[in-house]
Formats: sequence, structure tokens, C-alpha cells
Amino acid sequence: MAEPGVSNPGTETRLWLAQRASAAVLAIAVIVHLGTIIYAVRGGVTAAEIIGRIGGSLGWSAFYTVFVLAAAVHAPIGLRAVLREMTPIVPRRVDLICFVFAALLAVLGMRVVVKFYAIGAG
Amino acid sequence: MTDDNSIEVSVWRGGEKGGYQTYTVPRRDSQTVLDVVTYIQRHIDPSLSYRYACRVGMCGSCAMTVNGRARWTCRTHVSKVIEDGRVEIAPLRNFNVIKDLSVEMSDFFDKWARADGQFQGTASREDDFAVISPDDKQRRQASAGIECIGCGACYATCDVVAWNAEYLGPAALNRAWTLQNDSRDGGHTKRLRAVLGDAGCHSCHSQQGCVERCPKHLNPTASIAGLKRAGLLAAIKGDI
Repeated sequence: MAEPGVSNPGTETRLWLAQRASAAVLAIAVIVHLGTIIYAVRGGVTAAEIIGRIGGSLGWSAFYTVFVLAAAVHAPIGLRAVLREMTPIVPRRVDLICFVFAALLAVLGMRVVVKFYAIGAG
Repeated sequence: MTDDNSIEVSVWRGGEKGGYQTYTVPRRDSQTVLDVVTYIQRHIDPSLSYRYACRVGMCGSCAMTVNGRARWTCRTHVSKVIEDGRVEIAPLRNFNVIKDLSVEMSDFFDKWARADGQFQGTASREDDFAVISPDDKQRRQASAGIECIGCGACYATCDVVAWNAEYLGPAALNRAWTLQNDSRDGGHTKRLRAVLGDAGCHSCHSQQGCVERCPKHLNPTASIAGLKRAGLLAAIKGDI
């Protein structure tokens, strides 16, 4: 059960907006991502093929940067609502958990994007 | 044993802890669930507690859980809900049970107050009448939710209320939305702050159980969505 008064109306509203806005970005990003997967696996897929297409490409790196950051914003806000409603974890700790989760998603995701770019470019 | 002339009725007896007791009630034409409960209390067990007043769908006091769904018992015909000759009647979900079918509604109405559900007048008796066209957009939005009579059917149906006891609930938020659309009301910003917290409109999952079960066919989910939009505009303007 949420403790009343832990978060203020402005914060809740901004989180709500951030989740809706990131959902709009993800809707497009996921379609592009799935379309690319379907295109890529036509004749079987290899790591070399993926690196050949995405590695070193500024356009693809920019696309996946947006994708990763949108996911890093979107998923933790949803997780926050689930943890608040479904677990006895106190709201402040839920916020901390979700912040760490957001940081993990962003860091791990961006690490892949940067590595892919570097492998292809180098 | 029941036949076409009788109904087997399971009724919740006791408080939070209790159990179902089964009664056999004669079947009548145009019989409502409230008629059934009243028959049991008057002819079988006078200790049965339940609440009703108007019997015609105006007061909102006779809502109960009938075969698992929140309904006004006075406006629910037995023929509509009977399954294999049986009807199960329980108190409303998400309310504390006082006894049998009577529930404690203080939390429910306290939340209307917490959602700033009171009209905050800005005019005095010296001022002229506010002239509001029936076609005015805000007037129409207020009208869409204004007919709520506080029966609690939406609140009993809402899963978010079940998960988060602090959640203001569909009825209180619907009330807040009608007031946000009242141009005579001076408490808009304060009310938005009251309903945008973590127990307010952002907790709604838009499952629309409230819409499904509202006996007045109101749409509290749309009202809650309206509050979210209003909150967003207020946040952009820096009002909250």
C-alpha cells in the first residue's frame, strides 16, 4: 500500500507524461526493430551480418540510442507502479530500486550501442 | 430443494469473518433482489441486516454483490441474475462489513472530501447568476458525470481500490472532474493537487470496471482521463 504524501502531484504528473511520451517513441522504435529482425533473418542471421549492417553506422547508432533511452525511461516507471501496488516495499525504496533499474537499462543498453558502433567503425 | 416456484439464496452472514447461509425464497413475477432480501428478513430471519431506502434507484443505498457483481438490488430483477435457480448475495467488495449485507461507507465518502469534492464558490449573493450555456463544452463534461448518487458500485468493482487502500477511487475522482468543469468553482488548482498524488488519478489502470458496473451508466474512467489531461496542462503551466 502506498504511503500518502510520499510523492507530490507534480512529480506524479511528470512521471506519467514521461511514460506516455516514451511509449510513443517505443511504439515506433519497436516496429522498426521488429521489421529489421524479420528482414535480417530471411536467410539465417549471423553476428558478422548484424555488425556489418549496424556497426559503424551513425544512423543505426542514433536509432538504438533513442530506443535504449526510451526503454530506460519507460520500463522503470511501469515497474514502480507494479512494485507500489503489489509489494509491501516502502515507496522511497521502490523509487530507489526503479532508479537503479533505469540506470542499468541505460548503461547496459548504451554499452552495446557504443560497442557495436566501435566494432563496425574500427 | 428448489423448483420453478422457489429460489435458493446464499446470503453472507456475519462481519468480515462470516459465511454464506442458504435460504429458500418463493419466486414471484417481477421480483427484485431487494425483494428477496426483504422476504428473508421479514419471513425467515429478522436478524438479517441490510440497507435500503427508496427502492426505486434514486438513493443508491441498496448496492450489494449479487452473483459476484456490484448491483443496485432494487433495480436488479431476479430473472436477470438467477443461475440454476440460485442467487448469491454478499456485501459490497472493498468496504468493511458492519454486519451481513451492511457495509461501512465512511472511507468511501472521506475520499470524496480528500479529493476536494466540495464546491468552492467564488460569488456572493450580491452577484448575478452565472450564465452557462447547456452547449458549453465544460458544462457538457460536468453533466456527463454529475448524476452519480454515491452507491459505491464502482468503488466495489475497482481492482486498484482492492490493491491500494489509499486510492481515491472512481466515484471521488469523477466528482472532482465534474467540479473541475464548473466555471463557478474557485478550487481548481487545489483540487488538482489533491487528485494527482500517488493515490489519485495516475493510479487508475483504465480497466473500466467502474464503467461496466455503474448503474447510472456514467464513465468514471473518462473523468479520470480528463483529470490526467488537466493535470498535464497544469504541470506545463507550472501551476502544480
